[in-house]
Amino acid sequence: MADGSIGLWTVPLAVLGGAIRVSTPFLFVSLGECITERSGRINLGLEGTLVMGAMSAYGISYVTGSPWLGVLAAGITGALLGALHAGICSLPRVNDVAVGIALMLFGTGLAFYLGKPLIEPTAPRLPAIDFGWWSDVPQVRAALRVNVLFLIGLALAPILYWAFRTTRWGLLIRTAGESSDAARAMGHSVQLIRLRATMVGGFLAGIGGSFLSLFYPGSWNEGLSSGQGITAVALVIFARWDPLLCLWASLAFGGAAALGPALQSVGVTSGYHLFNAAPYILTLAIMIVTCSPKRTLTGAPAELSITR
Amino acid sequence: MTTEAADSAEAVGTIAPAADPGFLRRHGGTIEYVLIPGAALVGALVVFGIFVAMFGKNPLDLYFYMYYGAFGTWFSWQNTLTRAAPLILTALCTALPAQLGMVIIGGEGALLIGALSATSVALALQGLPPLVVQIAMVVAGVIGGGSWIMLSGGLRQYRGVNETISSLLLVYIALAILNHLVEGAMRDPASLNKPSTREIGAANMIGTIPGTDVHWGLVFGLIAAIAAYILVYHTVFGFAARIAGGNIRAAKIVGLGVDKLILTVCFLAGGAAGLAGMVEVAAVQGRTNANLAAGYGFTGILVAFLARQNPLAIIPVAILLGGISASGGLLQRRLGLPDASVLVLQGIIFVFVLASDALYGRIGLLKGKS
Repeated sequence: MADGSIGLWTVPLAVLGGAIRVSTPFLFVSLGECITERSGRINLGLEGTLVMGAMSAYGISYVTGSPWLGVLAAGITGALLGALHAGICSLPRVNDVAVGIALMLFGTGLAFYLGKPLIEPTAPRLPAIDFGWWSDVPQVRAALRVNVLFLIGLALAPILYWAFRTTRWGLLIRTAGESSDAARAMGHSVQLIRLRATMVGGFLAGIGGSFLSLFYPGSWNEGLSSGQGITAVALVIFARWDPLLCLWASLAFGGAAALGPALQSVGVTSGYHLFNAAPYILTLAIMIVTCSPKRTLTGAPAELSITR
Repeated sequence: MTTEAADSAEAVGTIAPAADPGFLRRHGGTIEYVLIPGAALVGALVVFGIFVAMFGKNPLDLYFYMYYGAFGTWFSWQNTLTRAAPLILTALCTALPAQLGMVIIGGEGALLIGALSATSVALALQGLPPLVVQIAMVVAGVIGGGSWIMLSGGLRQYRGVNETISSLLLVYIALAILNHLVEGAMRDPASLNKPSTREIGAANMIGTIPGTDVHWGLVFGLIAAIAAYILVYHTVFGFAARIAGGNIRAAKIVGLGVDKLILTVCFLAGGAAGLAGMVEVAAVQGRTNANLAAGYGFTGILVAFLARQNPLAIIPVAILLGGISASGGLLQRRLGLPDASVLVLQGIIFVFVLASDALYGRIGLLKGKS
């Protein structure tokens, strides 16, 4: 009955809910990638990190009974994959884009291999905070059931923005990304800075993965992530390596990704698969509009191979 | 099989110099291109052996079943070659743009669009002589896949959009288009559990090479790889492409039409992957459905990198990786390994191959100092 009373309002509500719910993995991966790319290296392997994070979070949560230990395990797994990426990239003449592709395939394969026994069992999931208590409409309440990880991500974006501008660590990362010679002249090891930046990036991407398996959709299967990781990497590029813009872009993406299921719930089923591809189409469209062959993007770290 | 390859490579390296002292100086580079990827492959197999040993499986059993499932019998050879056919074609999708310095990883998308185009044409031309339908399918597959990757190339050249990311996004978009059409406009009402298009008809299938169970797609792949090799290394066009890949400003200064080069190469690359899609429809599936997204496009990236983007080297590497995926079924049945073990091994090989890039020019023996 409540469903009938709000009618087509279901769609914008579901999109709002999606913007909050679906955006969290985008948010964590893009913030992580933002740190890595600011240090002058691109990690395309975060798609694999996301899936590995989802699998290890689910496994640890199932074994220990604590979803938060799962989140931690996902972060550590992500940091290890980040260290692997940085380690291989620090060898001479190794291309960071290619290593990213390799780790994307490796991470996904490893997660499917180790996750085989986890498809059946149900692991404890992360709790949600009910911000919709004031409303009687179930759709509003569903849209406003917010996970703590989203709030952490929400807080992390301005913190990173501030940290890049004012802290010693932020300056070091940006120096390594803008001119490795300058960082070296100051007596810092560029490889070490990039190793740490890639590990932190991997840590955040792993946590993004834990959200997928422990909150929404909230189970482990092999179709869990289909390109969210790579979309988030693209998102950093048109967010101009700015953590605050990453936040807005992630919210827009979450909304776009929720469009397909939302329309399906009100009976529009014909273009279901096309609406599901909305985030990818949106990414491509925004990249076409914002990129230009004549100039490098404003805000692009000068050392980044992908923009040169 | 891989250890044999490495052994023979070492044999070349150690026996030949005795006969000819200048041999290493002249062929050191070529030997490196065999020896280093070979060593990376062996290293990856060792690490994978340790990995399965941690799960209580005997690594020696693993190597035996891998060899047996890939190259042990005539049956497994045929299975291997059948899988190698699309891999050769999708590897070209990464290797050709690589000559221009581009990293295209969207072969899977071009494969799907090629399959969809080929199927549509075959369904539209029902009743015509099979040869006409088959030729039309090849043309449609090549044009479909070619345009798909040309889109990435054009976006890079005219809009400055990174081709690696755009080509990967196009994979997901291609999959959505395929699912949309297969479950909607092109659906065969009789396909209940697995939405599919109607069948292209038994007469229009391209069939197998006489005396084998290997379909003609393998020959398509071999011809495409050899043609690509000639194009890259023995034509002015390929020379121009390699100049542009080495230094784009130099290419512009000497007056090469870089735009046209990039678009043409991307079209040919996507065309190869589109042809792989056509082959999968016309030789294996007989129709288009989600089964086509079997990951050939992604394994093709690995093949191209392992072959160091050389179109001719793609052929043996594709057979090798076709063999690894062919042995996956046997590993599942005999050792109880999950089907994803092939993916893990591929990932480990990829990591080792990239890390081995650091070794080129550093092996003292091969610098001619022997």
